[in-house]
Amino acid sequence: MKSFNTLAGAMLASTLFAGAALAQTELTMWYHGAGNDNEMKLVNEMLDEFNASQPDWKVVITAFPQAAYNDSVVAGALAGTLPDIIDIDGPILPNWAWSGYIQPLKIDESLIKDYLPGPKGVWNGKLYGIGMWDAAISLVTRQSYLDELKLRKPTLDQPWTADEFQAALDAAKNSGKFEYALDLGTAWTGEWYPYAFSPLLQSFGGDLIDRTTYSTAEGALNGDAAMAWGKWWQHLFTDGYAQATQDPAERDSGFATGKYAFSWNGNWAALGALKAFDDVLFLPAPNFGAGSKIGAASWQLSISASSKHPDGANAFINFALQPKNLARFSKGLGLIPATAAAAELTDNYKVGGPLNVFFDLSNRQGVLRPVTPGYPVMAKIFEKAASDIAHGADVAATLDAAVDEINADIEKNKGYAAQ
Amino acid sequence: MASKFTRSNGTGWLMAGPAAFLIFCFVILPFIAAIGLSFTNQRLVSPNPTEFTGLANYSQLLGMGMLHLDPVKDDAGNLVLDDAGQPKLPELRSFTRHNKDYPGIDGMRELFSFASGEGRTYVLARDVVFMKAILNTFIFVIVVAPLQGGLALCLALLINQRLRGINVFRAIYFMPVVVSIVVVSLLWRFIYDGQSGLLNNLLGALSFGTLPRIDWLGNASTALGAIIAMSVWQAVGFHMVIWLSGLQTISPTLYEAAAIEGASKWQTFRYITWPGLRNTAVLVLVVITMQAFGLFSQIDVMTKGGPLDSTQTIVFQAIQRGYGKQDISGGSAISVILFVIVLSVSLIQRWLTREKV
Repeated sequence: MKSFNTLAGAMLASTLFAGAALAQTELTMWYHGAGNDNEMKLVNEMLDEFNASQPDWKVVITAFPQAAYNDSVVAGALAGTLPDIIDIDGPILPNWAWSGYIQPLKIDESLIKDYLPGPKGVWNGKLYGIGMWDAAISLVTRQSYLDELKLRKPTLDQPWTADEFQAALDAAKNSGKFEYALDLGTAWTGEWYPYAFSPLLQSFGGDLIDRTTYSTAEGALNGDAAMAWGKWWQHLFTDGYAQATQDPAERDSGFATGKYAFSWNGNWAALGALKAFDDVLFLPAPNFGAGSKIGAASWQLSISASSKHPDGANAFINFALQPKNLARFSKGLGLIPATAAAAELTDNYKVGGPLNVFFDLSNRQGVLRPVTPGYPVMAKIFEKAASDIAHGADVAATLDAAVDEINADIEKNKGYAAQ
Repeated sequence: MASKFTRSNGTGWLMAGPAAFLIFCFVILPFIAAIGLSFTNQRLVSPNPTEFTGLANYSQLLGMGMLHLDPVKDDAGNLVLDDAGQPKLPELRSFTRHNKDYPGIDGMRELFSFASGEGRTYVLARDVVFMKAILNTFIFVIVVAPLQGGLALCLALLINQRLRGINVFRAIYFMPVVVSIVVVSLLWRFIYDGQSGLLNNLLGALSFGTLPRIDWLGNASTALGAIIAMSVWQAVGFHMVIWLSGLQTISPTLYEAAAIEGASKWQTFRYITWPGLRNTAVLVLVVITMQAFGLFSQIDVMTKGGPLDSTQTIVFQAIQRGYGKQDISGGSAISVILFVIVLSVSLIQRWLTREKV
């Protein structure tokens, strides 16, 4: 009899619960993490908490594999079937804002007052997207390598100069201990190239585009600074410091097995490096003249322009930006929390934590990729140019061609002017 | 000209209907759209309205130019030598970039050059990458068509025998065809790996370590060859089956007669088998050619057109532009150019292999 009562109680409760759920208006959301069970678990936890926390809105999620995500959103936008909330990779955001896929957010200013600069998706003076985390790149090595090669440990305030970095590469190469001095991750094609390598170009004083006007790449990508970058970049490969073609398996395990002295890698690989060695160092990017630079911005939350319930979508995003949610993803996925307050809630990123250095790197050296709707095309052109130069193509001709292609694209799009 | 095909044939059309409908929707219609789009500035993602731009996409893709440069001379009229002791030429870049005296070649790049007179003559192209893609695609077709067809015929002759367990061999040769090309490409990427690839290990073992390790896909001089070898291997089984079906239509009585007449093996092949395979040969040749022009998946998985554009192909460029660089009109123009190329080649093949009366 007791079990019957329990059953009846459960049924009653579930009916009531369903009733409550029905009163909520449904918000749809697309997310790029399908196939990553760990990430989806965290997202679903947060959704459940949001749905239970208030009576008005219920977010229903559809996940896509990351590789197919952008195509799905573009197809959805063309077909007019975008959901209320989408997540979006930072550098593409201006393109989608310009195309009219997304609308500006209404975010409680106090939540993003202390934000890192990277996760804010601002275009044309308006906030279109906001990220719960950032990512950062460092030059990974070991204290024992530095001692052995008699190298100074660079700091955020005093990073290596171009000469010091060259001396470090030479020392590593001449020691004969490593297969290659530097692991740049050339195995990772796609967005990795502009994300990881264009900040090096910016550190030389060049850029993908002239950021004062965003209307031409002439002089930025083929000026003297860019040519210097191109020659330096090419010499890394032709002089045997790094591999222009790399096996993906070596990228994943090469540093841990001692093949490389230095590895140019992101914070998401940091936990693996810490596991491999107990004296791992995450060094800041060298300063090639115009300051040390690394790429900023990761995935961000945004609201589609066609959403019928922007107030609900904004409520969800405001909920997501609470420090405990930022900390949740950092703890689960190793990402950099977007605020110092959230960083304090995590073991890895709090002051004194093993990955805290990434928080400072992101804060002090992070540079956004060019904030323009033309970025996705630029990224492809830069990837090809960097890869061609690495394989020995003529630097000036390659960069000229890249400039022409970027400028032709800008012209074809009428300067990417805001509508 | 009324044939069975054009006369009222309800059942036939009913059976062909679903396939014809799908082909119309997903092949013919998009193709007509591509022809239209190639004359516009249509983007994949853009709030700007589409505009008619005439032949701009085609001239951008196919524009060519020539330039002859004479060596630099100093004031006394002597040749200036560069660091390597060769006569120094003026920088090509100074002529092709914003030079008002040479508006016709503005923005062009060197496709190739040759020594002529005292200086060098440069052949320039507005889109060097696309030109290389056309060249690579033709190399691929010219090598693959005879090689794949010939190998498939050899295999078909080998397995066209009444032996015990011959079906096992048929299955083995056919297996790569059934496996997805993407999977095959991934596997071959491991085989070609520059460090620990199977091919390098095999060559190393056979040569007792004297052969250097080659990064097959990372080397501009070997990448296209590596892809050709892998593609031939992958599809050879399919054409083997077509040859086999052709072989089995040849009447055994012809072979019996030949045996009685005392014909040698070669004579039997030359005067019975080969004439009997004529139609099959035409089919295999045309199919391989068309498939070869569509080379894409291997490139996308294995090299992405690199290194140094040594494996760019026409279809890869079409997708790269249309989707990757969001330039639907440019991608459409490439598709139309490819269509014209394939159509011309097929017509030429048809004319060469026509029944001679």
